[in-house]
This record gives sequence, C-alpha cells and structure tokens, in this order.
Amino acid sequence: MSHDMSENLPEAHGASHGTDVVSHDDPFADPGLPAHEPRRTDIDERAAKRAERQVSLLFVVSMLATIGFIASYASIDADKLVYIFPLGKVSALNFALGMTLGVALFCIGAGAVHWARTLMSDHELPAERHPIEADDDVRNDVIEQFKTGAAESGFGRRKMIRNTLIGSMALVPLSGVVLLRDLGPLPEQKLAHTGWDKAKPSQPIRLVNMNTDTAMKPEDIIQGSLTFAKPEGLEESAEDFQQQIAKDALMLIRIAPENIKDSESRDKGFEGILAYSKICTHVGCPISLYEQQTHHALCPCHQSTFDLADGARVIFGPAGHPLPQLKITTDEEGFLVATGDFDEPVGPSYWERPR
Amino acid sequence: MSSASGTKNSASKPASTRAKPANKAEATADWVDGRLGIYSLAKANLRKIFPDHWSFMLGEICLYSFIIIILTGVYLTLFFKPSMAETVYHGTYLPLNGIRMSEAYASTVNISFEVRGGLLIRQIHHWAALVFVAAMFVHMMRVFFTGAFRKPREINWLFGFLLLCLGFFDGFFGYSLPDDLLSGTGIRFMEGAILAVPLVGTYIQMFLFGGQFPGTDIIPRFFTIHVLLIPGIMLGLLVAHLILVFYHKHTQWAGPGKTEKNVVGMPLMPVYMAKAGGFFFLVFGIIAVMSAVATINPVWAYGPYRPDQVSTDAQPDWYMGFAEGLIRFMPGWEVSVWGGHTLNLGVFIPLMIFPLVLVAIAVWPFIESWVTGDKREHHILDRPRNAPVRTAFGAAWIALYLVLLVGGGNDLFATHLHMSINTITYAVRVGFFVVPVLTFIVTKRWCLGLQRRDKDKVLHGRESGIIKRLPHGEFIEVHTPLAQKDLHTLTAHEQPQPLELPAETDENGVARKAGVIAKTRVKLSEGFYGEGNQIAKPTTEEYHEITSGHGHH
Repeated sequence: MSHDMSENLPEAHGASHGTDVVSHDDPFADPGLPAHEPRRTDIDERAAKRAERQVSLLFVVSMLATIGFIASYASIDADKLVYIFPLGKVSALNFALGMTLGVALFCIGAGAVHWARTLMSDHELPAERHPIEADDDVRNDVIEQFKTGAAESGFGRRKMIRNTLIGSMALVPLSGVVLLRDLGPLPEQKLAHTGWDKAKPSQPIRLVNMNTDTAMKPEDIIQGSLTFAKPEGLEESAEDFQQQIAKDALMLIRIAPENIKDSESRDKGFEGILAYSKICTHVGCPISLYEQQTHHALCPCHQSTFDLADGARVIFGPAGHPLPQLKITTDEEGFLVATGDFDEPVGPSYWERPR
Repeated sequence: MSSASGTKNSASKPASTRAKPANKAEATADWVDGRLGIYSLAKANLRKIFPDHWSFMLGEICLYSFIIIILTGVYLTLFFKPSMAETVYHGTYLPLNGIRMSEAYASTVNISFEVRGGLLIRQIHHWAALVFVAAMFVHMMRVFFTGAFRKPREINWLFGFLLLCLGFFDGFFGYSLPDDLLSGTGIRFMEGAILAVPLVGTYIQMFLFGGQFPGTDIIPRFFTIHVLLIPGIMLGLLVAHLILVFYHKHTQWAGPGKTEKNVVGMPLMPVYMAKAGGFFFLVFGIIAVMSAVATINPVWAYGPYRPDQVSTDAQPDWYMGFAEGLIRFMPGWEVSVWGGHTLNLGVFIPLMIFPLVLVAIAVWPFIESWVTGDKREHHILDRPRNAPVRTAFGAAWIALYLVLLVGGGNDLFATHLHMSINTITYAVRVGFFVVPVLTFIVTKRWCLGLQRRDKDKVLHGRESGIIKRLPHGEFIEVHTPLAQKDLHTLTAHEQPQPLELPAETDENGVARKAGVIAKTRVKLSEGFYGEGNQIAKPTTEEYHEITSGHGHH
C-alpha cells in the first residue's frame, strides 16, 4: 500500500494519469447500465431445448403427483400408521397426501421459475419514475375546486346546519355502543365469591378428591403428597362446571404443624392439612408443581413460586399476592369440610379487589 | 396481430371505430375492455419493471402464505364447530374415548383423525400461519435496514406494520379455537391480563366472555373475530399495500445505470408472472411437505381444556413469545390505590410495554425523517452499514425481542440447559435493559468499520493475493483497482450532514433560544451524522491522489 510520497500532495488531484481501469475524470460517475451478457440458452439452441425438456419434465412430475394424491386419498385408511425414517410412526394418509400435494405444487413452481430463468428474456430494462407529488398547477387547481365545492355547499356559512350535522354524526355511534351492553353481565361481586360460599358452619361442604370423586378424611392426606379437591356436589356433568372449577379448585397438602411458619395459616388448616386455592394469583393458571421437601408450589405457566409452609407467600416470579387459603375442619363423621368461603377473592387480582 | 384484415370490415360498421379482433381471445378482451377499461390498466402494468434481488421476495412469501391460510381456513370452517357445548367423545382416537369436551375440541380431533386430509389441511393452516408471521418479520427487517420506508413509502410501512400486528392477534385467536388444554391456558392468561386493566378490567372481561371465565361464548366470539373480522381488515390492508407497491414502483439497490429517477429490472409479463407465480407454488409446496413430515399443535395429545388443569412447558406460538417474556420476568408488583383498589402493575406494565415495543419500530421512519429534515423521495436503498444509527437501532430492537423470547421460554431453557430458572429470569431482567444498549453500540461500531473497509477498497482496490518484490527489495501486495461500476456502487450513497451547522451560523442569541424539541433534534442529528458517526466517503481528489502513484502498490 505504499505510494510515491512526492505525489502525495493536495495539488496532485488535477494530474490524472490515464492508465487506470477508470479513465473517467470522475472515477465514481455512473457508467450506465452494463451490456447484456447472454446466457447459454440464449446462444446454444441445444441448451435451450434441454431447458425446455427440464421444465416440461417438472410439469409432468406435478401431474403424476396429483394422480398420486387422489390415489392416496382413495386407498389409504385414515387411521393407518407407517414407520418412516427418521420421522418414526406417522399417519400414512397424512404423509402420502402431504408429500404428493407438496411435490405437485413445488414442481409447478420450480418449472415456472426455471422457465423464466433460462428461456425468457433476461434483458434488464429501465423504466422512468415520476415524482408522486402533483405539480403546482394541478395542486392549485384541485384546491380551487375544493374551495368552490365547499363554498357552494355553504358548509362554512350556514353554521346551524354544520353544527347540527356534527352533533347528529357524533351521537349516532352511541346506538352501536349501547347495543354492546348485552355482551355480558356486570361484574358486581361475581369475582369475589366462589362455590365454597354456600358452606356455612351449620351446613359445611365436604372436600371431594378430584381424582377419586370421594370425600376425604384427614388420614387420606399424607405428608408430602399433593391432592386436588373440589366442593361436594359439583359434578363434572354440571352445566357450569368449567366456570365453577375455575374458582373452586383446591390443592391440599400436609405439613407437620411445627413446620408451618405462619400461625394464621396453621389455624386455618386441620392438623397440618392446608387447603389453598389452586388458581394462581398472577393470571389464573392452575398451580400443579409441588416440591415436598421445601413446601414450594410452582405455577408452570409463569413460574410464580409460593411457600405453602408460610401462608403461600410469593417467593419468586410475577404473582403479586399469596394464594388464598380455605379454612377447613372436619364434620361429625370425620370428613374434611369447609365452613365458609375464602377470606379473599381467588385468582388474578383486579381493580375492585380489596387490598 | 395483423390489423390488415380487421380494418376492412370495421369501416362498414359505424358503431365502433375499433379494428376487428383477430381472434376469439382478442374479441373477449375487447368485450371486457368495453366494460372495465382493462387496456388502459394493462398498458401501465403489463410490462411494469421490477428490480431483481433475493430480498424482494420476502414480501411475496407473506402474500402467498396469507393466500394459503385463507384457502385452508375456508376448508377448516366446513368441519370445525365453534361451540363450547359439552359433548362426550366417541371417535376413532381411542385415548380420548368417553371424555367430556367441548364441540370445538371434539370437531378439531375429528378433523385430525376422521376427515381424510383434514389433518394435512389443519397442519398446512398452522404452518402457513407461522411462516406468515415469520416472513412478515423478516420482510419488515429488510425494509427497515435498507431504508425502504423513507418517503414516499411511510404509509405503506404503517400498513405493513398493522398487518404484522393483526397477524399476531389472528394467530392467537386461531390457536385458541380448538379449546384444548394448551390454548385454553392461553385464553386464561388473556383473561388475567384483562383483569389487570385499571377501572374497566372486570367490565371488559365480563363483556368479552359473556360472564365469568370461561363461560360458553368465548370460542364462538373468537371464531367470528378470527375468520371474519381480522382477516377482512387484513385483506383490505393487503390490497392497499400492494396497490401502493405498484404505484410507488419498487425500490432498487444502487448500481450502474440505476438512479432515483428510474427503476431497472425485468417486466412483469412474462418474467415476473412466471417467477412470482411460480414462487407461490414453491411456497405452497414447501409448506405442504412441512405439514406432511412435521406435526404441529397436536391438540389430541393435550386433552380438552379444564380451568383446573395445565401442562408444563406451556408456550404460546413463537411470535407471542416476547409478550410471554415480558409477563414472566416482571416482578410481582401489586399496589393499593384510591382507598383499597388494587393496581396489578406486575401484569399491567407488561401489558403496556407489549404495544410500546411494537410501536417503537413503527414510528422510526417518522423520527428519522424529522431528525434528517429530508423531504425528498428515496428509491435507491441504503446499505445497512451506510446508516449506522438506523442499523444499530434495528439491531437493538431485535436484541430486545430475542431477550424477551428467552424470557418467554425460561422454563425450556432451564430444563434443556440444566440451569436455574431463577437465574435465567434475573438475567432476563438485567438483559432487558443492558443487551439492547450493548447491541446498539457494537452494531454502530461494526457499521463504521465496514464503511472504512469500503473506503479502503475504493481508494486502494482489492487485495489480489499477489506478492511483488520491488527493485529495492521491498515486498508489497498488488492491489487490483476496482472497475468503475464498483466504484460507483460503493460511493453512490449520500452522507447527510448534521443539522447543527445552520443553527450555529444563526446568531447565537436566536439559536440558543431554540426550544427543547429543536435542541433535541439537533442533538439527535449530530448523533446520526456528526463527527465520528459516519466515515466520510472517498472523494475524487483522494482517489486521484492515491491512484496517481500507480504501479507502486
């Protein structure tokens, strides 16, 4: 990268030596569109014929694939499985239909593109661009026309018409808004209560094991286990089951009473059995991962982690408050029951939620 | 095409002055033209010139996958039942036999197992949706990094941006429809997010779901939104987007013969009809093969939705991953306001950042044109290196997106890489602020480095790999000077000057009184184009000065 120092002077720019590739005075000037370079298919008729055959072959393969598609549809059972390396066992019909359809489509595309690239003219052509903006004559003309139209309408002059029109146009969409009222009920106190609300000290509701559908006694809940429960009387066949279980779902754990750090939580439980809402206080996922050694429960959706030995305090993740706990005891027959609702709304928080 | 035969007869028919059509096809075209005026339309467009570059086909992928989604979606509506009425499954998929589920879920399982080809169409629909959003992203990046959004194309940029956002949401509504355990969890998340909206959250929730979660209205309502409302708006935007592409004519890269006043390429008919038309079939074919070999969203494996059940690894489709990341790394802030009302910032803040992240990139064209003060049309694309601040901003935006995507998949990263989920989440919290800034700095330096290299190449030529020994014993590498077309290409870009200059020449008192906005503008302009923020491109003088010493290097 060395060059003659004697010429490395500001004045040197005028002295242009003619032996460069660039002979122009301005070496950066646009040399214009390069000349067209012919492709093989442009000058060799045999190459062109070959390309033509290739394109046709692709189209023929596409036709065959479509016939294969129809044949597969008619002949392969929907539940037949086949082993295909490296996919493993897959639906034979899905594989056959997908592959034949894919090949039929792909070959049309490949043929068309190959045709365009080898046989259609590849001369690059320039086209002129014109500015998007109109010239001043057009602009002034249009503005004049608009003013004429506006003046003829009297919109600016007849203020009463203008104002009442604006008023009516502003009001008429209200009808549409009013019509939306029946989309749903008002929130009222709906989010504040759950199905456990029906439990009274005089009419306790038993906790029913979600899996076995039977009421539980304290000895059914062993330390280290995680049991899901629902209120007795809430059947899966009930019309509003989904809506009820979205609020009523419980998780029961048992911790040795001396290991329960929160005394209020201990009092709400029964002999170390604690009943927490299963619905995460973050955005409402059901919490389903429980670590028996640490008594931590983790929501698999956004990893909010609650310490169930400490009143379900949030110890990690985006949840904003502890899981509500349901006060439980046993009835005269020794089954676990609730005698009332949660003290606070379950699930995600909301504006009207007391805090 | 000869008009000799046509002119003879037409003279006797005073009704039309047009030459007699040479054949049936021409006659048909004449008939249509007499009613729709197609000749005038075709005159401007049949041989319309399109420039050729691989990156210009990214938008085509979007268009074609959108068409594929509509075709397959119409087919799916013939079999899908958008109903939350309860049914007990008795079909050919035995693991679900006797299980209670909604009609929506049961019909999706039937489409997958009993309708022949139904699974294929369902998978093409879903794969095409993923390809659609991914292609829109990459297409948008292409437009962003090359500055193709500049005047006169800002409005088309916004149309494209709206299409991207609507694509997000329609994808979300679409994968919510089967009412399987995974998608129901997604809807539950949406419900929780709505509840976090201050004042009106519970009302929106009740009105949207027709009562308490989940109710029986949400799937039919999502269905209408998914198949009618959003696609209808998207179709309108898409047509407008394409009309503007035709009207503005395509942008092109700098090169010999290419100017701001022309567009160089090949004509629509036949080359682009064949290439673009063929490309539709290529995209469709590849998506069909993907759907043949790769299962997507196996709803039968998840089971029907139950609000008290969930699976691990619950993930949204990838394009919603950044929203998921926002919600996961946010600390659980919940505050009491206005006497006992709850403001759930832990959910509400992510809910607000979500649109802000998107809007940040959408408004860039307007920020850039304001900072630059450039009112001219631009049809020649920028190489990303020649707009370092823009490129760095785009890279930082992508980096932010990726950080959030990692945050959204923190459980997957934790289980697959055997890392602590807590550590990953804390790292994402830091990364959210730090990574975009670092990316911005690194990318900008990188661009400047590439500008220097271009300058070097222009002034000294390409390294030829030939070592020469000079008479006095010195070894040098011979550099091959560039051809004029390359010199032109590498120096064709403009280098705007910062706005500060006119402000300084104004008298000091007046200039100082400029408001905060004007000052910010000058500051930003300095940051864009000032000293050290772009490498002055080689001048003719520099070139002659160095090349005049020819033969010595």
